[in-house]
Amino acid sequence: MTLTIVLACAAALLALAPVAVMIGRLPAATPFVYGVSAVVAAISLAAASAHLLSAAAPLGVTLPVGLPWLGAHLRLDALSAFFLVVVDLGAFAASVFALGYGAHETAPGRVLPFYPAFLAGMTLVVLADDAFTFLLSWEFMSLSSWALVMSHHRVPDNVRAGYIYLLMASFGTLALLLGFGLLAGSGGLYTFEQMRAAHPSAMLGALVLILALIGAGSKAGIVPLHVWLPLAHPAAPSHVSALMSGVMTKVAVYGFVRIVFDLVGHPVWWWSILVLALAGITTVMGVLYALMQHDLKRLLAYHTVENIGIIFIGLGLALAFATHGLNFAAALAFTAALLHVFNHSLFKSLLFFGAGAVLTATGERDMEHLGGLIHRMPRTAFVFLIGCAAISALPPLNGFVSEWLTFQAVLLSPQLPSWGLKLMVPAVGALLALSAALAAACFVKAYGVTFLGRPRTTAAAVATETDPFSLAAMFLLAALCLLVGILPGLFINALAPVSAMLVGGHMPEQTGAQWLALVPIAESRSSYDGLLVFLFMVLSGTLAAVAIHRLASDRLRRAPAWDCGYPDLSPATQYTATSFAQPIRRVFGSVVFAAREHGEMPPPGDVRPARLIVDIHDLIWDALYAPLASGIGAAADRLNRLQFLTIRQFLTLVFCTLVILLLVLAIWS
Amino acid sequence: MIADLAVQGAQMLLVLLLAPLLTGFVRKVKARLLRRQGPPLIQPYRDLARLMRKEVVLAESASWLFRVIPYLIFAATWVAASLVPTFRTGLVFSWSADLIALIALLGSARFFLALAGLDVGTSFGGIGSSREVMIASLAEPAMIMIVFTLALIAGSTQLSTMAEFMASPAVGLRVSLALALIALIMVAIAENGRIPVDNPATHLELTMVHEAMVLEYSGRHLALIELSAALKLILYVSIIACLFAPWGLAAAGDGLPALAIGIATYIGKLAVGGFLLALFETSIAKMRVFRVPEFLGAALMLGLLATLLRFVSGSF
Repeated sequence: MTLTIVLACAAALLALAPVAVMIGRLPAATPFVYGVSAVVAAISLAAASAHLLSAAAPLGVTLPVGLPWLGAHLRLDALSAFFLVVVDLGAFAASVFALGYGAHETAPGRVLPFYPAFLAGMTLVVLADDAFTFLLSWEFMSLSSWALVMSHHRVPDNVRAGYIYLLMASFGTLALLLGFGLLAGSGGLYTFEQMRAAHPSAMLGALVLILALIGAGSKAGIVPLHVWLPLAHPAAPSHVSALMSGVMTKVAVYGFVRIVFDLVGHPVWWWSILVLALAGITTVMGVLYALMQHDLKRLLAYHTVENIGIIFIGLGLALAFATHGLNFAAALAFTAALLHVFNHSLFKSLLFFGAGAVLTATGERDMEHLGGLIHRMPRTAFVFLIGCAAISALPPLNGFVSEWLTFQAVLLSPQLPSWGLKLMVPAVGALLALSAALAAACFVKAYGVTFLGRPRTTAAAVATETDPFSLAAMFLLAALCLLVGILPGLFINALAPVSAMLVGGHMPEQTGAQWLALVPIAESRSSYDGLLVFLFMVLSGTLAAVAIHRLASDRLRRAPAWDCGYPDLSPATQYTATSFAQPIRRVFGSVVFAAREHGEMPPPGDVRPARLIVDIHDLIWDALYAPLASGIGAAADRLNRLQFLTIRQFLTLVFCTLVILLLVLAIWS
Repeated sequence: MIADLAVQGAQMLLVLLLAPLLTGFVRKVKARLLRRQGPPLIQPYRDLARLMRKEVVLAESASWLFRVIPYLIFAATWVAASLVPTFRTGLVFSWSADLIALIALLGSARFFLALAGLDVGTSFGGIGSSREVMIASLAEPAMIMIVFTLALIAGSTQLSTMAEFMASPAVGLRVSLALALIALIMVAIAENGRIPVDNPATHLELTMVHEAMVLEYSGRHLALIELSAALKLILYVSIIACLFAPWGLAAAGDGLPALAIGIATYIGKLAVGGFLLALFETSIAKMRVFRVPEFLGAALMLGLLATLLRFVSGSF
């Protein structure tokens, strides 16, 4: 029944796409498409959460579409249900947001048909139960999101973003295709059930792990495969950016979990070292990249890379514990990763919605042209602040809970017997702590430069508050951020069937402790109670405010800013995004980005202003992608000559190829 | 239960009341070491009372957030301070947040203070905020590494449990503990903006960090910020005292005499800590702001080394 509802929702979304093509020019098309998407997502969300919360048995169905001898296998188990909740919650919030935001779209005909198709694609990926359906849905998701990235195709940057996205998506799918091919073996066992039963050898399993890391990792944004992500995510309309960053990367995480934890079977301990090393680098590099940006949406996109790193740290630890039979610790790490998946989908969508609201209000994405929006857009500023605090892992919000659980998992790892992991895990813990502190710096910058201070341009000075639909979507997500933060136990309990299914254990029931405290292992060891911390903070803050206003003074006078007695009224004297990041750029950037600053001083008599120039290099792009691209270009130039051969030369070429291939075949057998 | 709540309340009040005294004590000792008379010990209380009574002069470009932040910072710092066992372990609400959560609470306070620095839109606020987050980006991971070390030794991240374990003879002398102590002192100096990282006594100096962020605050808002800074100082001294000098701490269920001894030894520890801090501050020069990352990087490496030692062998 649940599966039928969910599939009906996916079908409805698929059907909505051609309808949107037909009615795309009508003014009512925008509210119709997003309204229907919101309703369908809400129904699907209800069904999926009911399935997850009731810990129901997996449901499966085979539809007579797809390959004739295979059919389309679809299955709803605990893992799919959890990720379906993430997808549908994000889809619901994005659709509600777009009811208001979509009205500003200049070319709705380029967005509306692909939007429901994208949602349907993500739903089908998490439901797929055979390799063919999975890859088909995966490609469908990639291509529809590519079309959405290209919706504003007249902007030159977007064309480049779309091109790189298409290349990386194809490359990722190729890796997944090979991975599934290895799992299916020579017998062509394409259903997941057959793959689970097959038990590949350790060598083959390792190969599949690497292919899954490339395939799913490139979609999720693992460094160094992240290059497309900060280009493509910001290029799309903001509600789609939210879906791509908040939800589609999670579908990629789902792909990784499904393959590595479910299908491969017997993991080997050193796999976790590979995952942990990549995850640790991803975490710190992601946040450092984000700190160097001054485009608000690009900053958010880079920051997704960091959070994917945190999720993969949790998954890597779970893998390490699981391979050593420490099921309880594995469950803790795995739950931390899953909770972070959920949390990140909440606050990253919220922040992208906020960036979208700023974009419609001012027409600007560049933070250097913003400032002071808290006065003009107070509600957006309030929810964006909650999003910033949540993503910076500040208690009592939700981001802190999942990072806290990850830290607790790190603290369990001295139990691990292998030396490689003993040395690896503390280093990863240090990287995680470093990235948490840098994330706070990053969001002080994002919030402070965009919303605080004085407006730097007229556009920012005359901005107006965004529409009620957008605000409703943002307030919903902000409320969820707080709810998960103060009552994490409820959400962790819901994850128990997922971790029981994949790592053979689950965290103890969390609602038993006093005041709904979170107790992962034992109270004497560690516990955290978001509700109580929240209450204490509210109480002591209110107490201080009331006491001071009653007993001391509540007078207030407005006056010009003091600024050490230098009343310079120009907003250009404020700190900008670039100058705010200067100390961190000097500390970390000189190594990581080869960042250099040099002054350009005009000679005497010249009236040009002196300038400070900052050079930043993306070393990963320079070292890895630029040589690759120029190599492929050079090879293509060489091969180009083949187009201009005479017919005799062509025939010779074909003949020689045939002979060589036959020879190879003869020697092979 | 009532008695437990009373102890928790008493300890919350105690840190709140003693915090300005510790700040005044450090100032007094520093002045005496410089052969100056120095302000009286109760001067910080007088300053706070005077600031509370004065009207707030708010910059025209300040937002509502600027007015809320002092209360947020005070709340976060006070909640954090009330979770540190000062004179008795086994606090009632000790389970509501462990040491990692406590550091994150201080991180919240810093997050909002840095935002306040950017709110008015002046260049001094920006310089303070940008340097504060740079310092924090190294101090916080160093602190987490120290917590890892201590938690792996004590088998817990609960401060009360950790303090009980550190007071027990099971601890012994360990290399990792020594490394963690040095790193913790370095972090505490940086977090509280003391010399050589920042100078709490100066205004109008381009090297300042904390004072630059709070430049636009006045009246009751400034009073709360100053009180929070004093609370943070006493919090760090208390953490060091309860983890590395856990003597005299009363245990849960002890009677009044034990509590009295606990309070007396706690005040003694604060005096020693304050004196050492003043001595250290007068004997060293402030470093350039871009030398601070090296200082804190050393703390981070010490913390990481201590954690690694714990991972490698249980006996270090």
